[in-house]
Amino acid sequence: MISVSQVSKSYGSGPTAVQALDGVTLSVGRGEIFGVVGQSGAGKSTLIRTINSLELPDSGSVNVDGREMTTLSGAELREARHNIGMIFQHFNLLSSRTVQANVELSLEITGAGRAARRTRALEILELVGLHGKASAYPAQLSGGQKQRVGIARALASNPSVLLSDEATSALDPETTRQILDLIRKLSKDLGLTVLLITHEMDVVKRICDSAAVMSGGRILEQGPVEQLLATEKSLLGQALFPMGEIPETPSAIVDITFSGVKTDRPVIAQLARKHGIDVGILGAAVETIRGLQTGRTRLELPGDERTVAAAVADLRSQGLFVEVVK
Amino acid sequence: MIDRNDPYFWSDLLDTILKGAGETSYTVGLSLLFTVLFGLAAGVLLVTTESGGLLAKLFGSRALGFAVNRVLDVVVNIGRSVPFIILMILLIPFTRLLVGSFIGPTAAIVPLTIAGIPFFARLVEIGIREVPVGLVEAAQSLGASRWTILTKVMVAEAVPALALGLSTTVVGLIGYSAMVGAVGGGGLGDVAFRYGYQRYSPEYMFGVVILLVLLVQVFQSLGNFAARRLSHR
Repeated sequence: MISVSQVSKSYGSGPTAVQALDGVTLSVGRGEIFGVVGQSGAGKSTLIRTINSLELPDSGSVNVDGREMTTLSGAELREARHNIGMIFQHFNLLSSRTVQANVELSLEITGAGRAARRTRALEILELVGLHGKASAYPAQLSGGQKQRVGIARALASNPSVLLSDEATSALDPETTRQILDLIRKLSKDLGLTVLLITHEMDVVKRICDSAAVMSGGRILEQGPVEQLLATEKSLLGQALFPMGEIPETPSAIVDITFSGVKTDRPVIAQLARKHGIDVGILGAAVETIRGLQTGRTRLELPGDERTVAAAVADLRSQGLFVEVVK
Repeated sequence: MIDRNDPYFWSDLLDTILKGAGETSYTVGLSLLFTVLFGLAAGVLLVTTESGGLLAKLFGSRALGFAVNRVLDVVVNIGRSVPFIILMILLIPFTRLLVGSFIGPTAAIVPLTIAGIPFFARLVEIGIREVPVGLVEAAQSLGASRWTILTKVMVAEAVPALALGLSTTVVGLIGYSAMVGAVGGGGLGDVAFRYGYQRYSPEYMFGVVILLVLLVQVFQSLGNFAARRLSHR
């Protein structure tokens, strides 16, 4: 649905130039929720703005729903943007317009008639849970409600792609969850492809099917979230399950990642009994990732090389993802 | 010196001042109309033709956008820096060319408008700059054309600020119109100058001053009220 290939973009020139994007390649499947995480300055904002050509890359290609965005201009570009909704961290609603009129702006732009605009606006407001707020002004709404208006405006023209630029970063944790659940639900119901950028790991945990980790204008890793969690030295894994510093010890240290049904098996007790290892637990974290209990435990395994290797092989044979840290 | 014991003194005074007020309304009203038309356009262009602005590429040409921006900026600054009384004199040939005469209420419209446009343009510029850039970006992401963004986002969102700017401009124009009056432009300034000053009548002078104070109060209050009602922030 979205395919970004070798996209580079820099600002300024000479020694002060900043490389915002450096050969970024990523692909988002139809109906997928794809999260790009990274700290501020990583290039996420620039990346998401190249998708709807708010930023034009210096080189590379951006393809959305079969259309090459980088070569479009004028009416063709505006037409293509009708197919790509966008929501923002600070909502960006018009303060002079009511909630309904804000949503209708999107339909005025696509050229819908007055009656059709009204019908569609009320319908989509109902869909995002803002029934009865049509004649309120944005200033009278809470942050969560404002973002719902933003979502309604973005989706009023029936786009197949939704871009989310830190849409929950200005919201409190509870409201963040509600908005994320709404996005997930809409994505499912409408078959919407979602590309979101965020610096909050919670967002990835809650709704993303796939994710990419970005830093210094480059994508360091990307793929389905479960697959990344089962990848050695995954940055996403380390960010979701922070295990702290590796302690000074002669023993081997392994991280075990398990999810779903595997959580309730007595893995550690079995390990101790079967291999005669005095297992030490150095750290553990459990997260609900897209509704699935997922955990990572850091174990200290004293013993000779062969015993440890046998234990690791045994764990792996149980379908657990084991990463030997030391 | 006017004879204060003349039985028609007060009714003459009222007639004269009302006639002056009528002329002032005519002069200021028409000047305001042209000022708003051209000042709004100039103010919007000042903001949008800046580099990185919505119209930085005017008719597909970056050079044209830049040129328009620089020229407008300089012209507006010149308009704002020349004292009105001098501007009025400088414009005499232009006024005569335009309306055939440089005396009278109609002729007064020309220098008033020329002084009003840059004044209002700067106020429009300030109002439009206060519209968050995020709103423009949001409209762009919806596929809005530049015209739609200009009218439905930038100007529409700046309306409360524009209402305040408008009342400030009206007050400024009333002040200038009194100056035009002193050199043959008619209106309240003319009354105050000829009757109040040259013919030594404090009644005429105070009558005009009180009316001017009232007018300014009314227009400023109207502007404040409109700005409050129009703002939903």
